[in-house]
Amino acid sequence: MTALRITDLVFRWPRQAQICLDIARFELAAGERVFLHGASGSGKSTLLGLLGGVALPQQGRIELLGTDITRLGSRDRDRFRADHIGFLFQQFNLLPWLPALDNVLLPCTFSARRRERAGADPRAEAERLLRHLDLDTASWRKPAGELSVGQQQRVAAARALIGRPEILIADEPTSALDAERQQAFIDLLLQESAAVGAALVFVSHDQRLAGHFDRSIALHDISTAMAEQPE
Amino acid sequence: MKAVLRLAALSAWSRRLTLGLTLVAIALAVTLLLAVERIRVDARQSFTQSVSGVDLVVGARTGGVQLMLYAVFHAGAASNNITWDSYQAIATHPAVDWALPLSLGDSHRGFAVLGTSADYFARFRYGDREELRFRQGQPFAGVFEAVLGSEVAQALGYRLDDRITLSHGLAELGPEHGDKPFRVTGILAPTGTPADRTIHVSLESISALHLDWVGGAPVPGVKIPAEFVAKFDLRPKQITAALVGLKQRGDVFRMQRFVNQYRGEPLLAVLPGVALDELWQGIALLERTLLAVSALVVLIGLAGLAATLLAGLNERRRELAILRALGAGPGDMFLMLTAEGVLVTAAGALLGLVLLTVASNLAAPWLLDRLGVVLGTRWPGREELALIGAVITTGLVASLIPGWRAWRMSLADGLTPKL
Repeated sequence: MTALRITDLVFRWPRQAQICLDIARFELAAGERVFLHGASGSGKSTLLGLLGGVALPQQGRIELLGTDITRLGSRDRDRFRADHIGFLFQQFNLLPWLPALDNVLLPCTFSARRRERAGADPRAEAERLLRHLDLDTASWRKPAGELSVGQQQRVAAARALIGRPEILIADEPTSALDAERQQAFIDLLLQESAAVGAALVFVSHDQRLAGHFDRSIALHDISTAMAEQPE
Repeated sequence: MKAVLRLAALSAWSRRLTLGLTLVAIALAVTLLLAVERIRVDARQSFTQSVSGVDLVVGARTGGVQLMLYAVFHAGAASNNITWDSYQAIATHPAVDWALPLSLGDSHRGFAVLGTSADYFARFRYGDREELRFRQGQPFAGVFEAVLGSEVAQALGYRLDDRITLSHGLAELGPEHGDKPFRVTGILAPTGTPADRTIHVSLESISALHLDWVGGAPVPGVKIPAEFVAKFDLRPKQITAALVGLKQRGDVFRMQRFVNQYRGEPLLAVLPGVALDELWQGIALLERTLLAVSALVVLIGLAGLAATLLAGLNERRRELAILRALGAGPGDMFLMLTAEGVLVTAAGALLGLVLLTVASNLAAPWLLDRLGVVLGTRWPGREELALIGAVITTGLVASLIPGWRAWRMSLADGLTPKL
């Protein structure tokens, strides 16, 4: 079963003449871990937005786990995303006033599927993930806004992983770290995504990080459009 | 749902400063709205409660409103008096329980002088059947003794046993009854009625003052010193009006007919409630003005409230975006926004009520002393509840509609790295 299949995709931002993305075919197998490389302005964020269902392509299909999300209504797309995709953002997007542990549990609050897949006790699962990601127990009950950047990153990773989503999408999640800790975090992420059995799309402009992935792809190899687009 | 409510509570706590300001804005709006509404209602109450328990007001034949104006509010002058005999005929009528004679026409530095019987202080009722109370002293007993209304005593700085002289007529600088000073024997507590602005003396005193007067002026060359007045017959010959209480209220129309058809002279009896309503209609402009002020205050209060809430919502945009990206649906979002909106507006309304109660309790004595308005402490009435409801609805709409918009536009914020 494929985790992701893109077919004949064409995307252009509204009110822009130039085509931003033009992907004839792109596939990701279940559990496969791919490094997606692209320079700034190459359309990386746009592609992630399309995978997340934020924007809809003018043409083509985006199948996630066999479901074409371009055919879903916006409410179903929201539901599908919450149920099957773990997002890990450059800015982490934690709720700063919420304790770290509760931030990790958020997907289980809003997605019944993620809650079921987190096991009998989601809180214990959240604690297990945080422990695996080396976050000291003292920080678990602190509001996320009071944690260091490195700690917030671990919380965000745990939040993306909880409830074993089939697809994990990470967008430049290491840009705030120094080189040594970047690699350590990536190894941790690879290990955890393997543990939950998620396919991983890791997006970065920094090609040096590509080493430990199953596959490394440059965006300009799969997309024929060479577009400037609003980041 | 419990988890969502817990999120709502934590989120609200993180924005406690903004929400606190919103809450205060709502509280102030509620306080202001209810205060204006209460003063409006209470001003009317004070007006209609200037007499209580009186079944009929009787005077010479004139307009009902005019009779009320001079008999109850001591404003304006009576065109005619009624004779003591007519008064006696009414007071001794079998249906009549009690009657109080009123004799007006003199004044003291702008305040009306009321000649009446000593019974007046025991019989007269105002407001919710409240009795007149003495702050100091006691009723007049003899000739040339006076009881002052609270405002008279306060405005002119009079105390017990002070001597005052009355003027003839209602003009402030009318001819003086300077040879016959009165001793202050009592000062009444504030009532919020015309009694506060009145000097009460006995009917005999009024007669004594005018022994050496004929036709509204002193008789030249005739001077009857105060110490000799007791030798004269001081029984009143005429009075201005009378307040009448009946044994049974059901007799009121029969008694009114008796007075109106009295053969001795043309008389008029009016029901005070009916006449007061008629009188209030006459000055309805005042009430309409207050109503317009209330409406403006409502608008301004609600607009300010909406502005505060809208300003606070920008803070939430990112938060809503993140929650939506994590799968929070419209129902979850509605629950969070509503729970917060209801809680803040309801708490604000409650705080407003507390503020109003505290403020009106603090201000009530002052309002009564200075303006004669009796401000009551009470539970909000139906109109006030409607006002509170409008405030809460505005608060909710002002927080829900933009919140909803923010949510709809927020997905991109929550899923893209930039922000």
